[in-house]
Amino acid sequence: MRAALTRLAAPALLFLLLLAVPFLGIGGGFVLDLLTRAMILGIAAVSLSLLVGGAGLVSLGHAAMMGIGAYAVAALDAAGITEGMIVFPTALAAAALFALVTGAVSLRTSGVHFIMITLAFGQMAFFTASSFSSLGGDDGYTLYARTEILGSPLLQDRRSFYLVCLALLALVWGGCTAILGSRFGRVLRAARENERRVRAVGFSPVPYRLVAYVMAGAVGGLAGALLANASEFVSPASLSWTRSGELLFLVILGGLGRLHGAILGALAFVLLEEWLSHLFVYWRLVFGPLLVLAVLFLHDGIAGLPGSLRAWSRWRPTFSKRRSADA
Amino acid sequence: MPEPLLELRGLCKNYGALAVTDDVSLTVLPQEIHAIIGPNGAGKTTLIHQISGTLRPDRGSVLFAGRDVTALPVERRARLGLARSFQITSIVPGFSVLENVALAVQARSGSSFRFLRPAGSEAAINRDALAALEAVGLAGAAGRMANALSHGEKRQLELAIAIAMRPRLLLLDEPLAGAGPEETARLIGLLRDLRQRYGILLVEHDMQAVFSLADRISVLVYGRVAATGTAAEIRADPEVRRAYLGEDELA
Ligand SMILES: Nc1ncnc2c1ncn2[C@@H]1O[C@H](COP(=O)(O)OP(=O)(O)OP(=O)(O)O)[C@@H](O)[C@H]1O
Ligand SMILES: [Mg+2]
Repeated sequence: MRAALTRLAAPALLFLLLLAVPFLGIGGGFVLDLLTRAMILGIAAVSLSLLVGGAGLVSLGHAAMMGIGAYAVAALDAAGITEGMIVFPTALAAAALFALVTGAVSLRTSGVHFIMITLAFGQMAFFTASSFSSLGGDDGYTLYARTEILGSPLLQDRRSFYLVCLALLALVWGGCTAILGSRFGRVLRAARENERRVRAVGFSPVPYRLVAYVMAGAVGGLAGALLANASEFVSPASLSWTRSGELLFLVILGGLGRLHGAILGALAFVLLEEWLSHLFVYWRLVFGPLLVLAVLFLHDGIAGLPGSLRAWSRWRPTFSKRRSADA
Repeated sequence: MPEPLLELRGLCKNYGALAVTDDVSLTVLPQEIHAIIGPNGAGKTTLIHQISGTLRPDRGSVLFAGRDVTALPVERRARLGLARSFQITSIVPGFSVLENVALAVQARSGSSFRFLRPAGSEAAINRDALAALEAVGLAGAAGRMANALSHGEKRQLELAIAIAMRPRLLLLDEPLAGAGPEETARLIGLLRDLRQRYGILLVEHDMQAVFSLADRISVLVYGRVAATGTAAEIRADPEVRRAYLGEDELA
């Protein structure tokens, strides 16, 4: 019980802080927009973390899920449909369907092959999006209006859009956390660590992985639909494989072991990007070394930082420990 | 004679020119311990792999409870009631000892496509898992991480997982390897108890254990069954003496 509470402490604090921001009036609208974007990326990252950290499925095609969600918004917008009760379910369903079809093929492979095949499917989605001439092709498509919720322009207002994204982020995080602890999640986690054992007790891992892949895809689609609204613009760039790489980057930076790490990773990524891009032109160069450092020194990412700090402060040369134990 | 639980018919498996399994036919009856002995590299583990479904035989068939399972994958055979322990320990290292066993209980306790309820607080599953751990004498370690167990304890966990599946047939690949004398005595007692409920195919190098437990013994040499019989018959078989058993072991 106590262990469960301490596990919840960090994510709870994070959500409280995010909730406080719009009421503190820090930095005005610009900061809210920035954090909104970070939280949307966080939604996608949490779902990717479910796949990578939970199921051991390293997907390099997650941006395609987001892109499909975003293009669903654009396509409906072009058809004059902006009602969220239609737009969001469509975005989720489209991404889930794509995940179902591509996942059924990709999950026949594993390891590096899985990475490559998800990348290939992502690229297929990218080129497909580029060829939608009615949606602007390579140039992208500017939305006429943001999605409405039951006819009300809820997402127009900066602060309510922020709060909607925060609520969805919390919902996705809570849902994914519950899933990992459930029977289903137990099979997923076990299959990540030892597939042979899982088969020997009577589970075929593939159906479990496929369901996880579809769920993550649907959440990715949700994030994409939100992102389209945030920027009021959709372009093939949002499906590019570099975006998939970024998502993977921030999931690892945040820490694979804990789902809220993905949110921390997204926040760190967006804020760093903002800050560094003001400092100098080649700011992207910094990301590479940063990831190397994070992987080397923060074994559990940003989410594991408190634990890592404790471990460092306790560190002694091992020989002195043995001596004192012998004495 | 009752219908055999397991029947192997003319099983063959080659690795290149090496015949690892060479026309093996044998049966395990319900509530029987059938031991397989043989020198290192005789093909015992390879045979277990073919029975559990990890490897497909080149020829021959595996019948389980009268049904041909030769083409079924591991997980289907497991659900039919075929449980195995691995010679090289195969556990989920990042799970607690209890959760390792709970996974096996969960596999036979209804659907695992349940997404929200915490699996760790399912009392019925935990109770069965703990019972299996008690049976192998590992209940005290239930809360520890599996990768922190000693080698001997991992062997016990391996066995607990197999028992927790409540199978009809247990395939045990050297369950006593690495166990201390005290553990060995306990595990032999456990296997004797288990025989009341399951058929057991036991691969084991500990001759004392084999001779005291087994109803029948098959001797595997270069992938062939050199002899099958009761403990007394095997002890007396001249070919077995020559091929495998040192004279001192029989004294
Ligand atoms: N994948 C493989 N490819 C080629 N040869 C193999 C392979 N697996 C096993 N062998 C060979 O098959 C033979 C039988 O191996 P197996 O592991 O079944 O023996 P065993 O009777 O279980 O031995 P031990 O008592 O040492 O556990 C050995 O000679 C081994 O080298
Ligand atoms: Mg062996």
